[in-house]
Amino acid sequence: MREVHVDRITGALEELFIDANYNLSQNVLDTLERSIGKEGSPVGKEVIRELIRNASVAKDEHVPICQDTGLAVTFIEVGQDVHIVGGLLSDAVDEGVRRAYEKGYLRKSACHPFSRKNTGDNTPAILHVKIVPGDKVKITVLPKGGGSENYGEVRMLVPSQGKEGMRAFVLEMVTKGGPNPCPPIIVGVGIGGNLETSALLSKEALMEPLGKRSADQAVAALEVELLDAINESGIGPQGYGGTVTALDVHVKMMPCHIASLPVAVNIQCHAHRIREMTI
Amino acid sequence: MEIRRIKAPLEAGVIEELKAGEKVLLNGYIYTARDAAHKRFMDTLKDGGTLPFDMVNQVIYYCGPSPAPPGRVIGACGPTTSSRMDAYAPKLISLGLKGMIGKGKRSQAVKDAMKQYRAVYFGATGGAGALLSKSVLSSEIIAYGDMGPEAVVRLEVRDMPLFVINDTHGNDLYESGTSQYRR
Repeated sequence: MREVHVDRITGALEELFIDANYNLSQNVLDTLERSIGKEGSPVGKEVIRELIRNASVAKDEHVPICQDTGLAVTFIEVGQDVHIVGGLLSDAVDEGVRRAYEKGYLRKSACHPFSRKNTGDNTPAILHVKIVPGDKVKITVLPKGGGSENYGEVRMLVPSQGKEGMRAFVLEMVTKGGPNPCPPIIVGVGIGGNLETSALLSKEALMEPLGKRSADQAVAALEVELLDAINESGIGPQGYGGTVTALDVHVKMMPCHIASLPVAVNIQCHAHRIREMTI
Repeated sequence: MEIRRIKAPLEAGVIEELKAGEKVLLNGYIYTARDAAHKRFMDTLKDGGTLPFDMVNQVIYYCGPSPAPPGRVIGACGPTTSSRMDAYAPKLISLGLKGMIGKGKRSQAVKDAMKQYRAVYFGATGGAGALLSKSVLSSEIIAYGDMGPEAVVRLEVRDMPLFVINDTHGNDLYESGTSQYRR
């Protein structure tokens, strides 16, 4: 059994959340660059250029990409041959988040739902743990802003609504959000499972690299169809009108109950901050 | 793209000239206020108190910056979603507020108040908080310091890049832009 001390996990979380909030990934930057050529509106092109300039200011002058440095969404895959030692995994994660948001001058956005009082250190993290084969620990962080998260939803469709129902639901959510979730957006769609797994799938869909298509051909075809339909909505960059409303759409699917068709839509802003590390 | 420089507080003549879809560079002094500050403004008015600043001709920026790192005036300072302030904006517009900066659509009540009292709504690019921080020359908390990122902060800005979304002539960039490119 391989032992991994919680201090390594805390250190990784601290590093990953700071890095994610200051350095936009090359995958997102390349996608933004390419989208200028696809954008039909001069105002839309200008907005995308601002976003690219923003990423270089963030990196060169060490300012967060966006002031909404998010709730600390964290996915950890723990190999089943790993023994975590030195404390609790969840405590180690929260400590890493606490340090990152303090040392990294990141905004603390977690608050009590009733009193709205800020928790003061951006904890608790939104932690998802999965046991996987092997003896490694893979950590992925996705600091997620409130503006885009507010336009997500889970809906239990009727099976007879089929693919057309899913398509209509995704487009309804994108249109409802309009300019608010900071387009060009990235759309994660979770289909199947039950209420909570469809929501989790939609978040996991956001973790796929931009431009990558599903290995399942039917799912890949749906991704392309949805992306085209979203970009025909006219919403455009920042909702000022244009042809690049979404940078990509990812769909994840699993079997569901014979009576159900759960579909979840999770919207991500263009400031798609994601980092991973394997210990 | 033609870009003109305008001053804050806003002058009446300039307000009438602004057109939805136009990019402008804002120079002068503006005030940050978001959810909690607006709620406190309303409570203050209800109790017959005085607001932290006189609204006449001023511009409010819906923004809760990230903390300023050492050596910087401010952290990232992009806009937050304006619709959450829709419940409060018409009251402030009636008190003389002339400009709002944020992101996202406004309610019909806010648009009606803008038309009646001749005010405008500007969009700052959401998620461009690092770029926008370069326009901030100085930053001073003038009220509600207890509210952390939600405090009211007076910002001195130079060439802050904005787009006019709602002008005084009833134009709305979100509507006109989207219908122009919808297929």
